[in-house]
Amino acid sequence: MAREDYISIRNTSKHFGSVKAVDDISFNIRQGEFFSLLGASGCGKTTLLRMLAGFEQPTLGNIYIDGQPQAGVPPHQRPVNMVFQSYAIFPHLNVHKNIAYGMRKSGLSKAEVDKQVDEMLELIKLPGYGKRGAHQLSGGQRQRIALARALIKRPKVLLLDEPLGALDKKLREQMQLELRALQRDVGITFVFVTHDQEEAMTMSDRIAVMSMGKVLQIDSPTSLYEIPRVKEVADFIGTINFFEGEIKGKEGEATVVETQGLGKVHSTASGAEAPTSGKITVALRPEKFNISFQQPNVQTNVVEGVLQAAAYLGDRSHYYVKINGREAPVAVASQNAQRQMQAVDADKHEKVWLTWDEDSALLLKG
Amino acid sequence: MSDQTQAAGTYSQAEEQTTFGFKLRALFLKHEWLRGYLLLSPTLLVMICLMCVPLFMLVAYSFWTQNYLDIDKTFTLANYEAYFQKPIYAALMFKSIRMSLYCTFATLLLAYPMAYFIAFKVTKNKLIWLILITVPFWTSYLLRVFAWKVILGFNGVINSGLISLGIINEPLEFLLYNPTAVVLTLAHAWAAFAILPIYVSLEKIDRSLLEAATDLGDTPKERFWRVTWPLSLPGVIAAGLLVFIPTVGDYVTPKLVGGTTGIMIGNIVQSQFGKANNWPMGAALSVISMLMITILVVTFIAATNRARAKN
Repeated sequence: MAREDYISIRNTSKHFGSVKAVDDISFNIRQGEFFSLLGASGCGKTTLLRMLAGFEQPTLGNIYIDGQPQAGVPPHQRPVNMVFQSYAIFPHLNVHKNIAYGMRKSGLSKAEVDKQVDEMLELIKLPGYGKRGAHQLSGGQRQRIALARALIKRPKVLLLDEPLGALDKKLREQMQLELRALQRDVGITFVFVTHDQEEAMTMSDRIAVMSMGKVLQIDSPTSLYEIPRVKEVADFIGTINFFEGEIKGKEGEATVVETQGLGKVHSTASGAEAPTSGKITVALRPEKFNISFQQPNVQTNVVEGVLQAAAYLGDRSHYYVKINGREAPVAVASQNAQRQMQAVDADKHEKVWLTWDEDSALLLKG
Repeated sequence: MSDQTQAAGTYSQAEEQTTFGFKLRALFLKHEWLRGYLLLSPTLLVMICLMCVPLFMLVAYSFWTQNYLDIDKTFTLANYEAYFQKPIYAALMFKSIRMSLYCTFATLLLAYPMAYFIAFKVTKNKLIWLILITVPFWTSYLLRVFAWKVILGFNGVINSGLISLGIINEPLEFLLYNPTAVVLTLAHAWAAFAILPIYVSLEKIDRSLLEAATDLGDTPKERFWRVTWPLSLPGVIAAGLLVFIPTVGDYVTPKLVGGTTGIMIGNIVQSQFGKANNWPMGAALSVISMLMITILVVTFIAATNRARAKN
C-alpha cells in the first residue's frame, strides 16, 4: 500500500539571514508519485529540494522520509539521490565508473555491480557506452548518465533539480516523456524542480506551485489549470483574463457578479474558496470564450466587443477583443476545427460577441 | 554613393596598392603565422639573445679545456670523463636531486592545505589571502634565507627561546648547517609557487561534483580522495615541477644554511665558474644537470599521462 505521507514536510522554514527562502511549509508526498515543485526563480523550490537532499538544514521544522526524521542526517546517509542541474558528471571517470560511483558501499561484488551498470545503461538507452570518457558525451547523454548514477542506488526518493533546463526544446520534450515512462517503470518517488509549467504539467502526478517561499496550491495538473484556488496560481499556469467585480447575490445555482467589462456574470464554477459576498475577481481562460461575428441569441454571459488583433497559429487562432470598461483587450483562443479559407482581418475592427459557460467563469479572491 | 565617386575612390586605392607599406600589410593579413611571430618578436629577441645564445655557449664551453689563463678550444670530452671518474660529482648530483625531491614533497605538503583552505573555506576577500601569500616576496630572497639563519642559528630564535623556557640547557646544534635546514628554507621560499597552481586547480572544481559525491554516499574523507584529489592533481603536478626544477640548481640557500653537509651541485658549478676558475668543467656539470632534470621530468610527465589515459 502506497504511503500518503512517504515524504512529510512539517512546518519547515529556511532562513538565509533575513530572507525567508522557505516559509513555514507543510505538505506530504505520496509513495511512487511524480511530484513537481513549480515556481519562478527565487521562490524557494530549489532550497526545499536541497533540504530534502540534506545539503541545507531547515531553520525550523522537520522533514520525514518514509517515517524517519531527517534532521541531523548528513546527505551521504539519506535514502535519497539527486540529479543535479549541471549533471555533475565526474570528469576524471568514464561512464561506467560514474554510474558505479555510489555502489562501493552496496556490499555487492564487482561482477554484480558491473552487471547492474550494464542494466542501467540498457535502461537509459546507452548500451555499450561504459568505456566512454565523460568529455565525449552530449548534453542529453550526460543527463541520462546522471539519472542512471542516481537510480542504480535504488533510492527511496529521486530528487531532480531542473535536469532538462540545459537541453534544447526537441530533446527536452523527448526526455520529458522518457523520464515519465522511466519513473513508471522503476516506481521510485520523484521530486522534480522546474520553472517550466508545461514541463511540470506534462510529467507530474501532482504539482506544488510555490511563490515567495510559500506553497500556493498542490494539485493535479488538471485541477491547477481548471480550478486554481488563488489568482497567482491562475496567472502562473497558462494565460487567463481577470475581471474585477462585486457579488450581487444568487440566481438559482449561479452566483451573480457585477463586473467591469463583462457586465453581469453568472458563475457556477465550483472548487475555488471564494467569499460569497463583496469584492471578487472573475477569471476566464482564453479558450473558454466562444467568439462569434453575429450577435448570439443568449441573454446571460455575453459581451460585445471590437476585434483588435488576430493571430492564426494553424491549429488554433488567438484573438484580442477590446471591450468597454477594460483597458487591456481580452485574450480569446479558438480551435480551428473547420478549415479557414479566409484570414480574419483584424484591421477592419469588426464587432464580435463573446459568450461563455456559467461553469467556466472562475471566482477568485482578491 | 554614386558610381562616379566610387570610381574615383578605387583609383587612389589602386595607387596605394603599389606602395611597399600596403604590400607588407597584405602579406601580414594573408599569413597568420607571420602575425604570430611579429607579436612574439620582442620576447623572441630577448629569448634568443639572453637564453639561447648563452646556452649554446655553455654547451660549447663544456667541450673545451681551461688552461691557466686562456681557453683551449679544441674539442674534448675530458670534462665529461672527469664527471664519471670522480665519484664526488655524481654523488653530489644525486644528493641534490634527492634534496630537491624532499623539498618538493615538503612544499606540496605545506602548500596543499593552504590552497585548499583558500579555495573552499574562504568565501570573502579571496584576493587579500592570495596577496598575503606573496608577502614574503616583497623582501629579497637573500633576506628570507638569512631570516631562517636567525631562526635556526646557534643563538637563534628557537635555541634562545627553548633555553629561556628551561627546556634545554645547551643550544641545539642540529638545527642549522645541514640538509634538513636547506630543505626547510627552500620549502618556505618556494611555497607561493606551489600554493597558487594548486589553488587554481581546486578553485576550478565544480562544487556540484562534491555535492554529487556526498549525495552518492561518500563521507567527506572519501569524497576528498575520490573527487577533490584526482581533480586537483594537474595543479599538484604543475606545482611540483615548478618547485623541483629550480631547486635542484639552487646554490644560495645551501651555501648560507647548508654548511658542509648541505652542499648541492649548484655550489660546485658556482665554484667552478668562480674560485676554481674552470669554466669548461662548470659548463659540463651544468649540461649534465640539465639533462638529468629533463630526463626526470619527461619520464614523470609520460608516466602521469599514461596513468590518466588508463582511467
